[in-house]
Amino acid sequence: MARTNSRPLSPHLTIWKWGPAMAVSIMHRVTGNGLATAGALGLVWWLMAAASGPEAYAAFVKCATSPIGYLVMAGLSWFFFQHLFSGLRHFVLDMGAGYELKNNKVWSILTFVLSTLATVAFWAAICMGKF
Amino acid sequence: MGTGTGIGRVRGLGSARHGAHHWLAQRYTAIGNLLLVLWLLFSLIALPGLDYESVTHWIANPLVAVPLMLMLVSIFWHLRLGMQVMLEDYVHDKGLAFLSMLLLNFYAIGGAAAGIFAVAKIAFMGAAS
Repeated sequence: MARTNSRPLSPHLTIWKWGPAMAVSIMHRVTGNGLATAGALGLVWWLMAAASGPEAYAAFVKCATSPIGYLVMAGLSWFFFQHLFSGLRHFVLDMGAGYELKNNKVWSILTFVLSTLATVAFWAAICMGKF
Repeated sequence: MGTGTGIGRVRGLGSARHGAHHWLAQRYTAIGNLLLVLWLLFSLIALPGLDYESVTHWIANPLVAVPLMLMLVSIFWHLRLGMQVMLEDYVHDKGLAFLSMLLLNFYAIGGAAAGIFAVAKIAFMGAAS
């Protein structure tokens, strides 16, 4: 977009006091784009490795179960649950509900609490079944 | 776009009745992702193991292969719409915006095709030996 440098721009991120609603909105974009890149590529890599044969699958497992691999998978799982609960919040807001200041703040904070609990529960279920 | 006069620019440029399509498709695919990715995660928990044999044997089941393919369509469609909004916000240069949209479409369609092909190969041919 062509714009002159003299035109005032919203200073947004740099000056506002952080609040839960702002954090959940920003994190929705961050988690969404993280899942869209690292998450989707990881998923396709996993499927491609399974389709290519045992050696390719072993190479995938070696990367995925390295310390960095676990860190990425743990991060992506939290990203997924955060995006999920934040997305459910969007459905409520789409219906015109949940805009009261107190409700909005409570549900914004709850998306973070629920996503963290869901991530812990998911990995606990994986670890209990597989090891 | 018209002759450069005010009326020329306006004429014929009314609502195309597609204004809500992007917004609606984002929500339809969100529900698809919600159901199908949760199904994938619960399935991963329920699988006896995540080794090559367990995973390929699981994917080869038609009742698994079809939802997996639908999930890939839903995921890549949803991320195509979401990343478009992000790029429209941050990429201001017209040429770069065009290029980023081109690459995004290649990524979304290519990624979905790769994932669907992988699932189809396992489903049709069984596990590679």
